Formats: sequence, structure tokens, C-alpha cells
Amino acid sequence: MSEEKWRRVDGRAWNELRPIKIESGVLPNADGSAYIEMGRNKIIVAVYGPREMHPKHLAKPDMAVLRCRYHMSPFSTHPRRSPGPSRRDTEIGMVMRYALEPAIFLERFPRASIDVYAEVLQADGGTRCASITAAAVALVDAGIPMRDLVAACAAGKIEGHIILDLNDHEDKYGEADVPVAYMPRLNKVTLLQMDGVLSPDELRRCIELAIEGCQHIYELQREALKRKYEEVVEEVKEGE
Amino acid sequence: MSRLSIIPKLKRRKILDAIASGRRMDGRGPEEYREISVRRGVVEKAEGSAEARIGDTWVVAGVKIEIGEPFEDTPDEGILVCSADFAPVASPTFEPGPPDEASIELARVVDRGIRSSDALGLKDLCLIPGRKVYVIYIDLCILNHAGNLLDAASLAAVAALMGAKKPIYEVRDGEVYPTGEVEPLKLRRLPIAVSMAKIGDVIVLDPTFDEEEVMDTRITVTVDEEGNVCAVQKSGPQGLSVEEIWKAIEIAVNKAPMLREKLEAAL
Repeated sequence: MSEEKWRRVDGRAWNELRPIKIESGVLPNADGSAYIEMGRNKIIVAVYGPREMHPKHLAKPDMAVLRCRYHMSPFSTHPRRSPGPSRRDTEIGMVMRYALEPAIFLERFPRASIDVYAEVLQADGGTRCASITAAAVALVDAGIPMRDLVAACAAGKIEGHIILDLNDHEDKYGEADVPVAYMPRLNKVTLLQMDGVLSPDELRRCIELAIEGCQHIYELQREALKRKYEEVVEEVKEGE
Repeated sequence: MSRLSIIPKLKRRKILDAIASGRRMDGRGPEEYREISVRRGVVEKAEGSAEARIGDTWVVAGVKIEIGEPFEDTPDEGILVCSADFAPVASPTFEPGPPDEASIELARVVDRGIRSSDALGLKDLCLIPGRKVYVIYIDLCILNHAGNLLDAASLAAVAALMGAKKPIYEVRDGEVYPTGEVEPLKLRRLPIAVSMAKIGDVIVLDPTFDEEEVMDTRITVTVDEEGNVCAVQKSGPQGLSVEEIWKAIEIAVNKAPMLREKLEAAL
């Protein structure tokens, strides 16, 4: 009963995602790109590659190397953040790589690198998940063969309630935050982190709820990709 | 790619066969730790210190305590800083230089367990709100890498905090003055990190260096004394099924008390 009545700071229900907008192919120079708004998060992701690896000694003879850089613009938070890479940025780059790697046929591009750059223009909680969601779309936009899409969102707990898709306030003042990335077709979790305190049962409920959120985001990713191709079809028709 | 990491790829088949037969390369079952030892007070100049060994993995943690300014968004809380150094003494694959992502991850996951469980009670470590707070530094020094650094580092860090003594300061006219006295740093919780590797279809506890080289992915679950989870980190290039995650949580909750006993028994 209380779960029905209780409302979050931004008025959402416990299992409600923030409004999400995804666009693919937004950067002219990149091989693939995507822009995502997830609530007040605004993130742009570029994919360059597969291309020759520099420096060469990092190349792998039997597969491509995926590299991910996560970066927050100095103006994306309050107070301003220093523009240099933080330890947090390094860790997020690493977990993004682990989240995306299982979805890519890296073995098709020996010796190459695939570079994913996520630039956070505005941060409001859940930027690593939104970055992964956008990066998966950008990888498809780059024409890189994929086993599946990767969708990501967090679940957590605030004031004793299990909730989906934490905003910045809920992340800071809540009891726990569990970011999850998920490949819906292969049914595999590719990102799982947690901070805060949860009982094992609550942790399971958070993971299950986050997966439900990912399944919804997956549909939005597919729509964004389809929309892009529909636009291309329209342009071709107009040209004829 | 170092020479050291090529060999286990060739050994992969053997490691997988061994795991499938229920006996790992070193004779352990899937859910068995190697020999664990924890010893406190290994460095006298540190305010707290400890070493933890899991098999041949060996980590030393030192705690230094200083006074500093609080962060803007937490003016009434002490500061915890955790960092790790993969010293080149520990493995032929470690090179001198700034911390790489593996050492940053290690420090951040150890930090997350201690911070999430509020083991230190950071609010109790404030002297003058907005101006002077205790800064607790935990520095992790890896001396030998034989796999599962995370659990050893976490044990060493918590053991070092358990034995740490903080200097007492007197607050007078908006300033702090050292009294020359010390008191034990009180720990409210003993978070325990339990790491497992997924290799093929099997989850194995406490992976060795070779097992980590061939693993699909690793999952670390940090557990407090009430059996609550206070940090999780999945790390590695493959995904996990939901069932595998449930199993990992269960193993961690079951194994943590054994590790906590080792901590509490440490001198």
C-alpha cells in the first residue's frame, strides 16, 4: 500500500525511469555516435574505429582492443570539477569496457582498436549507466558487429524503499546504489557494482528491478537506431 | 603482454579440466580459500598497520592519520583516502609508474567496503566543522601477487584500522593543538571482501594468479557482520547470469564469517 502512495523527490513512482531521449549518429566526424538524455543527464558518446592501434604494442594479434574513456566536463557538476581525469573516471572507463566487450565481435578485427569516448555534459546521477547505454547505440551506429545491445540503469534504496534509476539526490542521500548493465537477448549482466548497505534479499530485488529497467531502455535504444535508418530512407526518397 | 600471462592461456584447458573435476590445480575445491594469515603492527611508524597473506599473495596496509580540511559537501565528516601501489617487487608484470586502472580499482573497491559500511564513523572524526577533521589514509602495498589481491588488501586494510591509534587534539579558540596522547580508532564494522572468479561455468572462490589469467570475469561481494552486503564489483570481460550472481552473493555471505574470525584473531 505504502509503495503505491509513496512518491520520490521528483514525483516518480518507485519503479519508474526518468524520461529518456536517445539519438544516434549525432557527431559528423565520429564513425559512430549517440546522444542520451536520461533525466537531467546529458551525455554524448563517440566511437572511432575499428582503426589501427596506437601505440602499436597495445594491439592484440587475435582480436581488437576496446578502449573506453569516460570524462566529465568541468561544468557538468556543481561545484566545478577539475578537467583532468580522476580516479573515479579511470574506474568508470574500465567498467564501461567490461560492460561493452562481451557484446562486440572483437575477434573480427585483429590488431585494431575500437575507441569509445563518453563526454558527460551534465551529470545528475547514473552517468555511467547512461554512458553505457549511449555507447552501445554508438557502436551499432559505427557499424561494428554486435552480439547484442547493452542497456544499463541503476536500482537502489532510499528511505527504506527499493527504487529504479536513482537521480543525483537519491544517489547522494539514499542507502544504496546498484548500477547494472544487461544484454537482453543473451540474458547476461555485464556491469554490476554496488555501494551502500543492502541485505542479500534487497540486493537481489535491486538487480531484478534494474534488469527490468534495462529491458525498457533496450526498446528505446532499438527505436533510436531504427529512427536513424528511417531518416536515411526518407532522404534517399527525397533525392530521387 | 608479458611472458607471465601467456603460459596460463596454454594452461587454460588444464585449469578448466581440474575445476570441472572438482579439484583445482592446487588441490582446492571450488569454494575453498587458500591458507589465510593476518598480522597487525608490522610497521611501527604508521598509526596502524597490518599484513595479510592468502596463499602466496601478500599485502601490507599502513594507516596514517593527519589533520586536514573537510570536503565542501561534508563539512562535519572526517576524510578517508585509500590508495594502492602495485610495487614492482610483487610481480614481473608490474612496472614502476603512476597507478594503473587495476590499482585504482583495487583501492576504490577496498575504500567502498569501508566507506559504505561506515566502518570508521566519519562523523565522529570531525574536530571543528567546516575547518578541521581527521584524515585517515590507508595505503596498500602489494608485495607479492599470486591472485586475489582484493581480498588480501581488504583484510590488511581493515586489520590495520583495527589496530590504529589516532592522536588526540585539543580544540581551543577555533584551533586544534596536539596533546601528545593517542586513543584507539574505533571501528564500527568489519567489512569483508570475498572474491570469486567465473571460469567456464564454475564459480571458484579465491582465484590464484593463473586462474585470474584465464577467468571470464570476477565478482567481489563485501559483507558486514550482519550479513548485509556493503559493496559489489563485477570486473572482467564477460557477463554473468542472474543465477551466477545469486550464487556469488550466497557464497560471500557464507564465507565472510570465516575471514572475520581471522581478522579478529590477528595480533
